[in-house]
Amino acid sequence: MRLVTHNMMSSNIKGVANGFPLLIEAAQVVEKEVDFNADFLKNIFARIEWKALVEASKTMGYSELLDNVESSMLDSEEFLRKFHHALLEIHLEEGALVCPETGRKFPITKGIPNMLLHEDECTVFVLTGHDLYHSCGTPGVLKALSIAVY
Amino acid sequence: MLPPASVPQLMKLKMKLKQLEGLLGSVQQFENPKIEFEQYPTGPHIASRLLFTAENSFGDVRDKVVADFGCGCGTLGLAAGLLGAEHVIGLDIDAESIEIASSNAEELELDMDFVQCDISKLRLSDQVIDTVVMNPPFGTRKKGADMDFLSMALKVASRAVYSLHKTTTRDHIKKTALRENNASSAEVLCELRFDVPQLYKFHKKREVDVAVDLWRFVPKDKQGKQL
Repeated sequence: MRLVTHNMMSSNIKGVANGFPLLIEAAQVVEKEVDFNADFLKNIFARIEWKALVEASKTMGYSELLDNVESSMLDSEEFLRKFHHALLEIHLEEGALVCPETGRKFPITKGIPNMLLHEDECTVFVLTGHDLYHSCGTPGVLKALSIAVY
Repeated sequence: MLPPASVPQLMKLKMKLKQLEGLLGSVQQFENPKIEFEQYPTGPHIASRLLFTAENSFGDVRDKVVADFGCGCGTLGLAAGLLGAEHVIGLDIDAESIEIASSNAEELELDMDFVQCDISKLRLSDQVIDTVVMNPPFGTRKKGADMDFLSMALKVASRAVYSLHKTTTRDHIKKTALRENNASSAEVLCELRFDVPQLYKFHKKREVDVAVDLWRFVPKDKQGKQL
């Protein structure tokens, strides 16, 4: 998982007011080269949460990004190269994303985060026919005598 | 005789539709499709046309951030990558599908991120993703699944959402998209026939044709103005 993806994601647990950014536990980080595209970087700069990117890349072992940046820095190729590297070339292969409010860990295996919620982290049970489906995660079938809705 | 072009070379030359369809034809599909998720492969014919139109008619793919909602084995996301998307993310609820999609991406030498999640529960930024492409569940197993997908897609996309829905739901989709889901426009680009092969035991016929609309939705600008 690249940091551009991390930059989009929030904790989706019920009751969490601000689940962004997810904290990172990095057990294994891998670098994969990607073609440099200056136009793309200049375009996406304004849409990225910069602070989250800086913190995340530090956790992954890359400390070249400055905390304070302005758009004039986009004229510097050196800056763009560092931005490129942090955003697109460092992958979190094994570890976890952590909800900043609850501390709940979303595991990452082979670069893929599992954001599926447990029953108590969702909001509603949905009744379909005579089966109960959780409205979150994988649809388990509960043949229950009493129905809980919250 | 010239050696066959490698995938990266084809991408630089601006791939032709036939080449795209050919490459997608080699993509591995579901081994044990799960009916509760309405897992059906998106065939190379539909996938190639969807992405080709998105890029050549609207410029929604090359150098863009593209998300494939309910990616399954990754066909749409891979097609986006082959047409020059800068970053592609595939999202799906099923770990097995993501594994297949991951290995497909490797085969085609494409970088793609994957996230295992429930689309209806997601909290995603509405700034970063340009285009959403999807072949969502039709809602035959989990009612309203198609609208959940559409609603989430319109929340996160900045440029456009491309989606496939049954032709029989056309009016409902248009009304809901415009009134409730923040779409500034909702157009059917073309009608396709989706071959549903006999994947599941309950299918009586060997093959069934479902009439499907290829939609392009444009989200309202996040400040509420029309794009």
